[in-house]
Amino acid sequence: MSNHLPVRTQAEMAELFAAGLTTGVGKPLKHESADKHVTGEAIYIDDRLEFPNQLHVYTRMSERAHARIIRIDLSPCYAIPGVALAISAQDVPGQLDIGAVMPGDPLLAENVVEYVGQPVIAVAASDLDTARRAALAAIIEYEDLEPVLSVEEALSREHFISPSHRHVIGDSTTALEAAPHRLQGELHIGGQEHFYLETQVASVMPTEDGGMLVYSSTQNPTEVQKQVAEVLGVPMNKVTVDMRRMGGGFGGKESQAGMPAALCAVIAHLTGRPTKMRLPRFEDMQITGKRHPFYVQYDVGFDDEGRLLGIQLELAGNCGYSPDLSNAIVDRAMFHADNAYFLGNATITGHRCKTHLASNTAYRGFGGPQGMLAIENVMDHIARYLGKDPLAVRTLNYYGKHERNVTHYHQTVEDNLLDEMTAELTESCEYFKRRAEILAFNRTSPVLKKGLALTPVKFGISFTSSFLNQGGALINIYTDGSIHLNHGGTEMGQGLNTKVAQVVAEVFQVGIDRIQITATNTDKVPNTSPTAASSGADLNGKAAQNAAQTIKQRLVDFAARHFNVSEEDVTFSNSHVRIRDHLMTFEALIQMAYIGQISLSSTGYYKTPKIFYDREQACGRPFYYFAFGAACSEVLIDTLTGEYKLLRTDILHDVGASLNPAIDIGQVEGGFVQGMGWLTTEELIWNDQGKLLTSGPATYKIPAVADMPCDFRVKLVENRKNPAATVFHSKAVGEPPFMLGISVWCALKDAVASVADYCAHPTIDTPATPERVLWGVEQMKRLKKTRSLSTETDTTEQVDA
Amino acid sequence: MIRFLLNRELRVEDRLDPNLTVLDYLRQRARKTGTKEGCASGDCGACTVVVAEPQGEKLQYRTLNACLTFVSALNGKQLITVEDLKQETLHPVQQAMVDCHGSQCGYCTPGFVMSLFALQKNTSGHDPIKTHEALAGNLCRCTGYRPILAAAEQACVQRTSDQFDVAEAETLARLKAIQPETTAELTHDEKTSFSPVTVADLAKLYVTHPQARLLAGGTDLALEVTQAHRPLPVMIYVGHIAAMKGIDVLEDRLEIGAATSLSDCIEALSTEYLEFGELLHRFASLQIRNQATLGGNIGNASPIGDTPPLLLALGARLLLRKGDKTRVLPLEEYFLDYRVTACQPSEFIERILIPRATPGQLFKAYKVSKRLDDDISAVCAAFNLCIENGVVTQAQIAYGGMAAIPKRADACEKVLRGAQWSEETIEHAAEALAYDFTPLTDFRASREYRLLTAQNLLRKCFIETTASATETRVTAYV
Repeated sequence: MSNHLPVRTQAEMAELFAAGLTTGVGKPLKHESADKHVTGEAIYIDDRLEFPNQLHVYTRMSERAHARIIRIDLSPCYAIPGVALAISAQDVPGQLDIGAVMPGDPLLAENVVEYVGQPVIAVAASDLDTARRAALAAIIEYEDLEPVLSVEEALSREHFISPSHRHVIGDSTTALEAAPHRLQGELHIGGQEHFYLETQVASVMPTEDGGMLVYSSTQNPTEVQKQVAEVLGVPMNKVTVDMRRMGGGFGGKESQAGMPAALCAVIAHLTGRPTKMRLPRFEDMQITGKRHPFYVQYDVGFDDEGRLLGIQLELAGNCGYSPDLSNAIVDRAMFHADNAYFLGNATITGHRCKTHLASNTAYRGFGGPQGMLAIENVMDHIARYLGKDPLAVRTLNYYGKHERNVTHYHQTVEDNLLDEMTAELTESCEYFKRRAEILAFNRTSPVLKKGLALTPVKFGISFTSSFLNQGGALINIYTDGSIHLNHGGTEMGQGLNTKVAQVVAEVFQVGIDRIQITATNTDKVPNTSPTAASSGADLNGKAAQNAAQTIKQRLVDFAARHFNVSEEDVTFSNSHVRIRDHLMTFEALIQMAYIGQISLSSTGYYKTPKIFYDREQACGRPFYYFAFGAACSEVLIDTLTGEYKLLRTDILHDVGASLNPAIDIGQVEGGFVQGMGWLTTEELIWNDQGKLLTSGPATYKIPAVADMPCDFRVKLVENRKNPAATVFHSKAVGEPPFMLGISVWCALKDAVASVADYCAHPTIDTPATPERVLWGVEQMKRLKKTRSLSTETDTTEQVDA
Repeated sequence: MIRFLLNRELRVEDRLDPNLTVLDYLRQRARKTGTKEGCASGDCGACTVVVAEPQGEKLQYRTLNACLTFVSALNGKQLITVEDLKQETLHPVQQAMVDCHGSQCGYCTPGFVMSLFALQKNTSGHDPIKTHEALAGNLCRCTGYRPILAAAEQACVQRTSDQFDVAEAETLARLKAIQPETTAELTHDEKTSFSPVTVADLAKLYVTHPQARLLAGGTDLALEVTQAHRPLPVMIYVGHIAAMKGIDVLEDRLEIGAATSLSDCIEALSTEYLEFGELLHRFASLQIRNQATLGGNIGNASPIGDTPPLLLALGARLLLRKGDKTRVLPLEEYFLDYRVTACQPSEFIERILIPRATPGQLFKAYKVSKRLDDDISAVCAAFNLCIENGVVTQAQIAYGGMAAIPKRADACEKVLRGAQWSEETIEHAAEALAYDFTPLTDFRASREYRLLTAQNLLRKCFIETTASATETRVTAYV
């Protein structure tokens, strides 16, 4: 890169040029930070060197689910040495509300508290322990108000954060009445704690002109910039947010990273001192929202084969105390209530229930998993009712390619891969052979029972708030040929920076080690969308590609002009440029271009085409394309204790033309295991006062190493470019694989159903903990007993007759 | 004063707060921030570090949770953290994690790297069961573990000598030179910890400081500081008392020093009672078992500790000491009420006496929890039976998670004793469990589930002893 590199001959360069690039798109490159992760050199916000006058913040949380605050006395806080400042809502200089989309989230509670864990006051001190002790010394008095703690109560009282919304296609009422078979049921779907290993954290430094430099572990730097500006009452241009990496996000840092950043900013503003706030795990789990629990009611009509004729689904999301992102989340649940299936005549209603719990928020899948789980439960229910293999009912109801292919929100499902993928997976995982083996095993095994399920995923890609589908990037090339890359997406472990760098490497045809990936920063790329909705690579990769192409075009124009050749004569490969038959290094061309007064810096911008959605009419094309997947899981349950083990999982997943297969497989495997955790051991339990009892990893159990399948086979669909014009025809991968975990829940139900010879559908709410599995088994045992009793009676009657 | 090696550097510390955890020491004092805080409660493994200590003429490398370990435990040891592995190039376990794409967000990664480092030091070749055991206490939210298991395999198969192997003799000599020979003391801000090296000194100190908290592994006690934020003004650390560590196999009993780590108990207990050993493999995580002691698990008197039901069923006894007086107490007389024991002020458990297995004796142990690994039992059960000619001649049954204390199932035992070992008897005995226990509902399980599972475990025990071909354990599948 420098002038001191050995000079290569034309022949040497020709050889390198012909060899081609090994670090462009489609290559299984390691994560850009892998070496730093494994050595502990990767710096997270809490690892940053602290200043001598650094303040640490602790927030005192509400102990009541719903109460009026009648008194706050902060004076006892100051009796503790080391305390710099104690504040309550009235001390916030600017706007108190930090609600991301709609107001409703005060930075500190004002007048009322609406959940146990809500920040009420904040104390800044020389260390966290002092801040905590001081915060607990404050006097806060409450007068209790009636809380609403259950989603059913909120639903029956229409205690909503916003109005219900409905998707309608055809006439479900008439279809249900006319259907040969009809089933009703309900399902409780549990929430999920993100359990990012790095808890919420921010660190700020006051700057001149009343501004703030903010280091925030956030998926949404622009949102944090706005929140900080608003609580300070300053314009956004005074605030810079810098985000190098998160120790996991999963949606939990999309809107809710703002609180620690905004509190730090207020305190730094009032004290003039650098300020940090890191939530200890217990506080993080109490304060921040989780995946929305849902309560689902269904009424479904179908024919003798199990084909859906009409369905009415009521999806009630438990939003917690404030709107946050719940409107869009319940919408996405509704958009995915079909999953892979043509619903026929459908009425899908989404309710946004307000409860006095932490405000539930984005979490990988963003409501999609809950909607999908509802319809997968319906599939199982129909299959048991008709005595069919659930896979047969599922495939029968798949969207068609040319007919039966319009969703309940009137988007046509195009380029549907599920028929082929299901056929391939059924074959490769030997579904039918294993089904027979499992039936045989279950006949002879009285205590342990096996279950099998193959479930599909169809997930819509694009933010359903269409305007968010935009991305930006900034590329600077320096005179030594080194490249500085910045884009609006955030790195939370998903490998986004690696993928975007591969895109830029591909465009310039340079090695990826030439590209310096830098922290996402609001003064480099402004007005960014959150890194969410699986959109990171689609939006920012495309924006970076556009930025790179802009500069590349300038280089081509320059070289053509300079060497007096045509544009087609200028080609790039493997860090070299060929100008007709003359070769030079990339950096040599850069130096020439600089001397030739060519701008070597460009922004890039991208917005997703084709998408629109008319919410009034509940009609449109909210998704640019769909990502598909299918998983087959086999489980073993213990009918005496409900304990279980995941024996094998086969996955076939569609990522279009993969930008990086190693990273994509990591997303598929990790998403699957996280989805499985949501549906199995991850149980959130609140007491009758609304306090979360499972507020740490001792009581809230995410999957550990023993929970992964004993035999785990993951494959990406090959040779299937995304027909949509996405970045190098890849597909988004962050969220879709999460829902492959549904296969585990369905397999557990399959194992339980074996207890009653597969003639009944066990009611097993999620998460299907060992306890719920055991109750499912007991339900099946009772049914079998009743049935055999009634069969005996029938026989007797026949004999009597 | 305590002395230890921070990797290769000798640290002599005499002003440390005895309530300071190794994690805070590393991150705040030593400014080594590679070791992460994920939960500060020993449940996620992000803070995993490795401690090396002399074991004869070798170094023994063990993982522990830095967030649960007070600095006093480092005395005379070498502390190795993630920063210490890389030299010119990545350490082979680090390289394996990179090659296998074992990190995504990277926050749990230092902990995994240290668990893999210790695994590599303690195994020859690739052993999937040991790998699984080594990683059960490390949570990763991103990868789903498959690539980390691949990294473990690569690191163990391609094990080469590293800088720690090269320096082993030297490190051993340096550590031997700083082994504590007298009581070490750390005092700061009216907080003190004593680390005696003899039982007599411990007994004396405990008489002088009856208000002191005894610190063994500290895997539960440390939570008072890190989670409940209650300082511990006086602690007496028992981890440096050689005479309270180790196992004597006598003719009629095992005598286990109360400060013996659970990891060090597994082999001897497995030899005697296979299912005791198997259950210990599911006791918390390796990091915890390396620290936590058998005496601590009893002395803590939690109703959900996993060893007390097993020890109760086996008829274990405790050798208690106060000053220079000792007494032997049957374990079932030790637990009085929720976290209340028969220990008098200044009295402590010195040894645990466990009868040896006898021919014809059946011992079955079960742990039922929400998650298979590293989880606290909803119900734990142990059955110690003797069946002669189809008749139950001896039945000692105990449960954890079913009452305020770990408790024998008296009514159930009574039904069984002298009865035919038959399905009919089992059903009567299962009914009797409802008289023995009125379990509570909490976030681990409902009372109904606990009772039904307790009954079903008895049924399972019956099936396993009468229809051995029947598969009954999901944990047999790995």
